[in-house]
Amino acid sequence: MDALSPILAFAAAVAIGGIVVAAMGRSPAAAFVTYFIAPLSEIWSLQEVALKAAPLALIATGLAFCFRANIWNIGAEGQFVVGGLFGGWIAVATHGMAGPTFWVLPAMLIAGTLAGAAYAMIPALLKVKLGVSEILTSLMLVYVAELLLDYMARGPLRDPAGYNFPQSVTFDDAARLPYLMEGDSLHAGVLIALAAVVIATFVLARTLFGFEVRVLGASPRAARFAGFSDARLTMAVFAISGGAAGLAGIAEVAGKIGQLQPSISPGYGFTAIIVAFLGRLSPVGILVAALVIALTTIGGEGAQIDLKLPLDLTRAFQGLLLALVLGADALSRYQVRLVPGVVR
Amino acid sequence: MEAKAPVPGRDGPVPLFAAYGIVKRFGSFTANDGIDLEIRAGEIHALLGENGAGKSTLMKILYGLLEPTEGVVTHRGDVVRLANPEAARALGIGMVFQHFSLCENLTVAENIALVMPRSLGPKALKQKIAGVGAAYGLKLDPDRPVWSLSAGERQRIEIIRCLLQEPRLIILDEPTSVLTPSEADGLFVVLERLRDEGRALLYISHRLDEVRRLCSRATILRGGKVVGACDPRQESARSLAAMMVGAQIGEVKPASKKALGRERLVIDHLALPAPGLHGTALRDVSLTVSGGEIVAIAGIAGNGQAELFDALSGEALAPKPGMIRIDGTAAGRLGINARRRLRAGFVPEERNGHAAAPSLSLSDNAVLSRHATGGLSRLGILRVAAAKALAQAVIGAFDVRKAGPDPAAGTLSGGNLQKFLVGREILAEPGVLVVNQPTWGVDALAAAHIRQALIDLAARGAAILVISQDLDEVFEIAGRIAVLNHGALSWAMPACETSREAVGLLMGGEAAAEEPPLRQARTGTLAHAR
Repeated sequence: MDALSPILAFAAAVAIGGIVVAAMGRSPAAAFVTYFIAPLSEIWSLQEVALKAAPLALIATGLAFCFRANIWNIGAEGQFVVGGLFGGWIAVATHGMAGPTFWVLPAMLIAGTLAGAAYAMIPALLKVKLGVSEILTSLMLVYVAELLLDYMARGPLRDPAGYNFPQSVTFDDAARLPYLMEGDSLHAGVLIALAAVVIATFVLARTLFGFEVRVLGASPRAARFAGFSDARLTMAVFAISGGAAGLAGIAEVAGKIGQLQPSISPGYGFTAIIVAFLGRLSPVGILVAALVIALTTIGGEGAQIDLKLPLDLTRAFQGLLLALVLGADALSRYQVRLVPGVVR
Repeated sequence: MEAKAPVPGRDGPVPLFAAYGIVKRFGSFTANDGIDLEIRAGEIHALLGENGAGKSTLMKILYGLLEPTEGVVTHRGDVVRLANPEAARALGIGMVFQHFSLCENLTVAENIALVMPRSLGPKALKQKIAGVGAAYGLKLDPDRPVWSLSAGERQRIEIIRCLLQEPRLIILDEPTSVLTPSEADGLFVVLERLRDEGRALLYISHRLDEVRRLCSRATILRGGKVVGACDPRQESARSLAAMMVGAQIGEVKPASKKALGRERLVIDHLALPAPGLHGTALRDVSLTVSGGEIVAIAGIAGNGQAELFDALSGEALAPKPGMIRIDGTAAGRLGINARRRLRAGFVPEERNGHAAAPSLSLSDNAVLSRHATGGLSRLGILRVAAAKALAQAVIGAFDVRKAGPDPAAGTLSGGNLQKFLVGREILAEPGVLVVNQPTWGVDALAAAHIRQALIDLAARGAAILVISQDLDEVFEIAGRIAVLNHGALSWAMPACETSREAVGLLMGGEAAAEEPPLRQARTGTLAHAR
């Protein structure tokens, strides 16, 4: 039942989406092909799907630690942006530098990860020390991060020879993630995401730390009985999810974009929340969910061009999918019973 | 239903409210078993009984929160159906709950407005609050937010809320459990005034001194049945306690002839402030448990048992290290795993969610309390096979019945899960074991199994402290018995020198026994049961 309910939810989402498409006067069958089949039929679009899925999977895997522990980091988008900004800063600072450059890319990845983790420490500390709701603080810090990046890309980090365009210099090759195959768009960020999924699977299932996370989420009182400190765990899972988001941010900047711009994310950090829950907070499930969401996003771009269907329809579909998966979960565990005349 | 009468005067032989033949079953469990209760106007009627005697169930039936399986409720002799609390309120039944249902961030007036008809404007409401407050001496500023109020002030809100509905029967559930003694005195004045106006009050408590002071009639419940009715003013606290706990005079246990080992668990003047509004402060608790003996702490729930357990386990830290010593090591400031490394084991009261995580498997739950001491992890990596083997060993040794090889803890029955949780600790061969309510909600067979395991562990030299509300259990297994009341612990009396009555008396809050204990308790002259 647990494995079946996301599949049923997906089928229901496709059916409802089909009705909406039909109501808009397009053929549901054609839309289905454009959304779900066409992106899988060509090498380049398959690569696009993988490129979209990689940051989603990486961020959502980090978030799985938080959500498993019942801690709500909603600010992965901000941690992603900060990771991209601080990692990218190294690329800008070393632009055109003489001497050995082998260390630049590793330094960028480490700086991005640390920056994301450090940025996530703000809501974590506020929660642990002062009891402030991490939902609000982590979310609000997203806007702070976005405005910071916007300022940096337009101001201090702008390419002085860039005709006043609000963007940094184009990174040197030493500051770019290598392509997996010559002439393709697929870069090493995909491998980072896959590695994160494998590591997270092991950590959650087989380590004492993963056990602590699971127990804290399942019963906080039992976690205290086990001698686990919830303050320490809160900090740890925030650091992990922030670090993963920051790494995804710098991988996006050093991989696909190749420079700093006022905006570097089409909302990966928020979509990753959907992905984490679609994947039922298990890293392997998250990988599958990231691919499905990426597929609908790429398919949605095709639908805009071929069928003149708006981008909003894709977003609506993704939201619908999440609502239905959560609904299916509730329905597979509980029975709905109508009780007449009871007012509580 | 007749028109709303003003608060009635003392009426004749027909009781204002009565319940006859009330039976309430939850599955196979019978919480109320043929209860009769008559409440007259102008009296404070006590409903006495230990935890689990059926007081709460009966009270919920009278307030329309539960419907009885059998039996009827009458109002002035007419059968009425209390389908929900609105129906009860319409008949003039009001209730003051033990745990307040107030919105902390709203003001006093806003909280009261929540239960009043919409037509009442804020100004009129404040006038009403002031009026009731003045009439009964319930001082309250209607504009204060609830979070800034003490427990006693919060209770006044509940009482005013109740009084604004013009009730003729007021049910009070353990009203003094959250109050300081002086707040309680203030409450008694209010209650006496309400009684003198001719209202009926049903006063649920297990504090005998209060009942003897306030109430003119008492109905005593035990095991879901009425076991006695009396005028508590004519009774001694001792005789009331005897009725409550079902004393069987002369039941004594031969003294243990075994020589005891060294002192293994020492609690030395432990004092801890209350952890929250509904918590209990521990007041100067001292107790020594030696190897080879079982000491039981009796007491009615909510007198500091949970707080004491947390302080002993290390889930709450003591102010000073020396206040708790395990095998001579000052452990008061150590966390639970450091105490486990001193070979202490702990079994909390709540199985699901405290002793075990219900959604995790039994082998994961073996890791839960044994990860620091059981060799279940190496370099931070779980040894899954070792955890499974440990779980299997517990399952085998304690005859834990379950479905599937390694099911989620929450799928086990209460008795089987409790056997697993007790076994998990006993298989570690602890030097000190602290168990809170070892057989609470457990079937008789499993309970016997658990008690035997505790006795065997003590025989192997462990010091065992059992916190229990079950007097049968206390007398069955303990060598010495202490009573926890209002966060203070009595002297630990040898079980062979005390009686259920003496223990019941202490549980009801009567003055602690002087050392040496009540010798006369054995003579049987105080027999008063039924």
